[in-house]
Amino acid sequence: MVDWFRRTKTGLLSTEKKVIPDGLWIKCPKCSEYLYKRELERNFWICTQCQYHFRISSSNYFTILIDGDYEEFNQKMKSNDPLKFKDSKRYSDRVKEAHAKTGLYDAVVTVEGDIDKHRVVLCVMDFNFVGGSMGSVVGEKISRAIDRAREKKLPLIIVSSSGGARMQEGVLSLMQMAKTSAKLAQFHGEGGFFISILTDPTTGGTTASFAMLGDIIIAEPGALIGFAGERVIKQTIGKDLPEGFQRAEFLLEKGFVDMIIGRSEIKKTIIKLLDFFNDKN
Amino acid sequence: MAKLTLEFEKPILELEQKIDEMRELSRVNGVDLIDEIQKLDEKLNKLVKKTYSNLNRWQRVQLARHPDRPYTLDYLDKMCSEFIEIHGDRHFADDKSIIAGFATIEKHKVVVIGHQKGRNIKENVYRNFGSPHPEGYRKALRAMKLAEKFNKPVISFIDTQGAYPGIGAEERGQAEAIARNLFEMSRLRTPILICVIGEGASGGALGIGVGDRNIVLENTWYSVISPEGCASILYRDAGKANIAAESMKVTAQDLYELGVADELVTEPDGSAHRNPDATAKKLKSAILRNLDELCAIPADELVRLRIEKYSKMGSWDEE
Ligand SMILES: [Zn+2]
Repeated sequence: MVDWFRRTKTGLLSTEKKVIPDGLWIKCPKCSEYLYKRELERNFWICTQCQYHFRISSSNYFTILIDGDYEEFNQKMKSNDPLKFKDSKRYSDRVKEAHAKTGLYDAVVTVEGDIDKHRVVLCVMDFNFVGGSMGSVVGEKISRAIDRAREKKLPLIIVSSSGGARMQEGVLSLMQMAKTSAKLAQFHGEGGFFISILTDPTTGGTTASFAMLGDIIIAEPGALIGFAGERVIKQTIGKDLPEGFQRAEFLLEKGFVDMIIGRSEIKKTIIKLLDFFNDKN
Repeated sequence: MAKLTLEFEKPILELEQKIDEMRELSRVNGVDLIDEIQKLDEKLNKLVKKTYSNLNRWQRVQLARHPDRPYTLDYLDKMCSEFIEIHGDRHFADDKSIIAGFATIEKHKVVVIGHQKGRNIKENVYRNFGSPHPEGYRKALRAMKLAEKFNKPVISFIDTQGAYPGIGAEERGQAEAIARNLFEMSRLRTPILICVIGEGASGGALGIGVGDRNIVLENTWYSVISPEGCASILYRDAGKANIAAESMKVTAQDLYELGVADELVTEPDGSAHRNPDATAKKLKSAILRNLDELCAIPADELVRLRIEKYSKMGSWDEE
């Protein structure tokens, strides 16, 4: 399910290269234009030439969406490697390296904060941490965020960017799909409002659980969104895939997302939706 | 005659052939070989027991895929006095890789859903090798909604190598269909009993696999990805699936230990494919016992317990 790793082999853009590098000038992976980092930052990490939406970290997303400070919860929850999994590397070492690289403890950050006049619970996944994959920690943190939104009667927003479920936790990762979906069913039953935002990439078990269960589903332009990985589909059907397959625009056309909104406009759109739905008081 | 003899089963097959030959010899020539045959029969019993009780994870995966293993419709045939099949998702098509219908098992009227594989090429083309499209999940959901409306328990049989990875499947929302089922199954106001009878690959299995109790047969596997898929990603070599099966801990016993399975049903003489009738009988008695228990729980409580059960799954550390 986690196809972020496979993708590097197929000659497509390597995820490593797509993550924003340091330095003053950054090359756009889509149009190859060199962009000034400060300007890119001001422009919501959208290429000024071709509108390519760079993959950004969770902290960048908080800056884009939340007014001022926010309160992070369950920050230090971390994997205890339940299967004692090892391939070329120990899974526990992989997690440690990801922590050293990102400062995060796992692939989702959950906070409570304000968007305009609305208090919200916001979860942002981070692709830089083991491909944004969902293991027990991601599942548990998102479940607790849903519970918090339900108990405090706050709207819930989840920003997904994930290669799918985390192989190194086996069936326990798979069960996080059921767990988060069950929590959302409970939230839904009590009238909770949930906006799901799909960014590049949202695939596998993440798509096939909470990401597709929003009352409203918003996708970023050009985001890869799907269930099966491109290579697996190609291998199975023995054909090339149509252009734009599994991109946000394709999903809009097929009826699986409500709207595609550029990152510069997304906060405005969310405020409008919150004004419309979150008007209980 | 078995369709497939796995490497570790060969000594059993050889011994069986030897016994058959002796029986034949005894019959044709009128030679009294009763003692010899009896000795070999005892030897065979010991060998069978020894073989199937000492399997590694990869060998169990191979058994889970054995073409002589009973499939969903075989179990229905062996367990139910009645089965009425329904078809179609009312939106696009009828997916033959998932069956749905109404069955009678002893005193219980139940809604049954399950993956269905084929036994030969022709059947497998018809069943798409047990790999569903979105329509399969939506048909299953339609059946489950009927169960809820008419207060009938649901039994779901899990046996798939995964949801189908194809263009049409993606176009018609494979991810949405699975997500919707997880959501709806977690709050369905009627008992859901899951039986893992073969392979449980990823979201394609879980898409009809959320329930109150999870019964697993001994020689089954269930994980987030197939051992081959895991091996081709982590080791860049699908041939290392045996290592991946060990690392991911994919067997029924593992599931039970990880808290994902509630009950492990051992297979008679160690293998369902050699003993389909006895296996069905054992599974049926486990199903009936669980149905009796679940049907006594009020719907509100059932849903509360189900969500609580999934809330506990996983393993993490906190400061
Ligand atoms: Zn560009």
